[in-house]
Amino acid sequence: MSSKVIHALYDDDDVLMSAVKEVRAAHHHIEEVYTPFPVHGLDKAMGLATTRIAITSFLYGVTGLSFAVWFLNLIMIQEWPQNIGGKPSFSFAENMPAFVPIMFEMTVFFAAHLMVITFYMRSKIWPFRKALNPDPRTTDDKFLMEVTIDGNEEELTSFLENTGAIEITINEKE
Amino acid sequence: MGHYEAPIREPIIVGDKTYHDITLDVAAPIEGKANKSWWIAFTIALVAMLWGFGAIAYTIGTGIGVWGLNNKINWAWDITNFVWWVGIGHAGTLISAVLLLFRQKWRMGINRSAEAMTIFAVFQAGLFPLIHMGRIWNGFYTLPIPNQLGSLWVNFNSPLLWDVFAISTYLSVSLVFWWTGLLPDFAMIRDRATKPFQKEIYSLLSFGWSGKAKDWQRFEEVSLVLAGLATPLVLSVHTIVSFDFATSVIPGWHSTVYPPYFVAGAVFSGFAMVQTLLLIMRKVSNLEGYITRVHIENMNKVILVTGGIVAVAYLSEFFVGWYTGSSYEDFTYLSWGAATGPYWWAFWALIICNSVIPQLLWFKKIRTNYIWTFIIAIFINIGMWFERFDIIVINLSRGHLPSTWTQFSPTFIDVSIFLGTLGFFFVLFLLYARTFPVIAQAEVKSILKSSGDNYKRARDTGEALPKAEPIAVVEKTEIPRVEEDSDDAKTNNLLDKLGSFDVNTQQADDLKKVKGIGPKMEETLNQIGIYTFAQVGKMTKNEYDLLDSITGSFPGRAERDDWAGQANKLKS
Repeated sequence: MSSKVIHALYDDDDVLMSAVKEVRAAHHHIEEVYTPFPVHGLDKAMGLATTRIAITSFLYGVTGLSFAVWFLNLIMIQEWPQNIGGKPSFSFAENMPAFVPIMFEMTVFFAAHLMVITFYMRSKIWPFRKALNPDPRTTDDKFLMEVTIDGNEEELTSFLENTGAIEITINEKE
Repeated sequence: MGHYEAPIREPIIVGDKTYHDITLDVAAPIEGKANKSWWIAFTIALVAMLWGFGAIAYTIGTGIGVWGLNNKINWAWDITNFVWWVGIGHAGTLISAVLLLFRQKWRMGINRSAEAMTIFAVFQAGLFPLIHMGRIWNGFYTLPIPNQLGSLWVNFNSPLLWDVFAISTYLSVSLVFWWTGLLPDFAMIRDRATKPFQKEIYSLLSFGWSGKAKDWQRFEEVSLVLAGLATPLVLSVHTIVSFDFATSVIPGWHSTVYPPYFVAGAVFSGFAMVQTLLLIMRKVSNLEGYITRVHIENMNKVILVTGGIVAVAYLSEFFVGWYTGSSYEDFTYLSWGAATGPYWWAFWALIICNSVIPQLLWFKKIRTNYIWTFIIAIFINIGMWFERFDIIVINLSRGHLPSTWTQFSPTFIDVSIFLGTLGFFFVLFLLYARTFPVIAQAEVKSILKSSGDNYKRARDTGEALPKAEPIAVVEKTEIPRVEEDSDDAKTNNLLDKLGSFDVNTQQADDLKKVKGIGPKMEETLNQIGIYTFAQVGKMTKNEYDLLDSITGSFPGRAERDDWAGQANKLKS
């Protein structure tokens, strides 16, 4: 498959937003948009699905809470019950109030760390990864839209020029 | 569209910034060289740190008998310092998490440094519980691992163990929150870096962040959820620290008001420390445009509110102690006995620094004044140290058995360790200030159009926006390939200034040696008539702009990479 892409560079987030809408309306495929900061509403304009990462965080939190309950019960009730300061250790329910801080901390610990790890894995960001932004200026003040070319190079170039791009380049994509 | 903000809200980015200006301002301290005052401050901090490490080594080697602790006062400076540092470590997460949930835009100018301060403060805090164990090599006893000496586990009923979990969760979650926010900013530094080593390091630190739309979407969701998680977390940490005291049976300690009172006190002291650091930093690192009077005033308001909560807690402690009629309660840290007893100076230091002096912030003149703010913040830092000292030492100094009544005097080692943690803290912070993007520049850019002074002024007065009106004007520049179209007049103008190149007498240089000039750009330059380093070396801002307007590609690139400077070096 020929994989040529066109890179249209913008210098304003509002121009970019309207360009994204125009390109989508004209049924061109936006491969990717690189921006230096979160442009609000861009994901919707591009038609990206909403992220489910908050749901995973909830699930991780539930896991953390369950883990805390399991191991507190194992340690403090089953394996080595101790009478400490008169805090009853005969059953989990009786001893539970003293466990609330640990249960809470474990919930947060699991929810936060596993969510962030999920984010890094899903977005493929980790140490020693090579940056993929095609132009270094996209972390400074420029916005880059990558559109797939489907045998319509000329038309697409002039179309993108009209959307307010300040620079247009054609690139081979490996 | 969508950038409107009520004119009554003061701008929080001042100095007519553009996106690129923000990049330059944030990158400047990292790319520039440290000045003399930085080196002086760093040296002092480093010496203090090493001194403190020596004192810690001596403590561990000899035993905690080298501290001034005695039979009655078995906790003193160690736990005072621990609680003081943990308290300071509350402002960062409060700013980045709670203020994010409340959609406070002003947090963006200060959250990065406040979080850094949090993490460095928690490092210091963590040192004290470790070294106060005396036998630090047994520190793993606090971890929930089955003891190899038997099947004994740690005691999950103990607030001290809750503390281990709370502090380590807080530290690790804050660190992750901070680092995730740093990725786009490290990426910005990476993409600007000119030295290979620098590029290497920032590539590693930025985890290959590319700023894709999907990544930003996840980034924002993750930030929001982390803020939601960190908010109860930050409240839990000092609550649990206060349990160390509140669940005990020492008069003055077993007080149910401790958790909310400790949390308010922590925020109070944390913001005071943020003020102390940022007031200096905004000057030294030229960040006045991002850490403005509005930020300082807002933080002072938080200080005023939390200081008020703390003052009410003091009053209620004082009242309840008196109202019980118990003679033991007359010696607790907030009582008539304490105010007139041997620790009267510590009592009054607490009252004056924490409850009297901060009231000056009711005056708008004072809370918007940088010098006054700095002075008051220093007093609060001192006052909050005394609060913990009073809680621990005054309460312990007068127990149920009058024959044990005693006082505490710190040893040289106590003082050295405390100064050492101050040094360690400033070593970390000073290094941070020179190597990290100290403003969350990506986030600041996202609010520039709503809260930048230039944009607000333009909207309010109806004058043209700093840059062309976004949608209406479509800026079009030629595609770089089309050099033929470049204006002849401009080219001649440029060559007049740089000197022309005579093919017969002169030798062309390999312009590609200049960083930022690739084969394509060299070709372009050659077409214009620029062939030698001598010509490039004469370029100034005017010529760069002229060149940009001719080539239409990589605007600002030549200036950013300093082609002239490079060319002059290559020429010789």
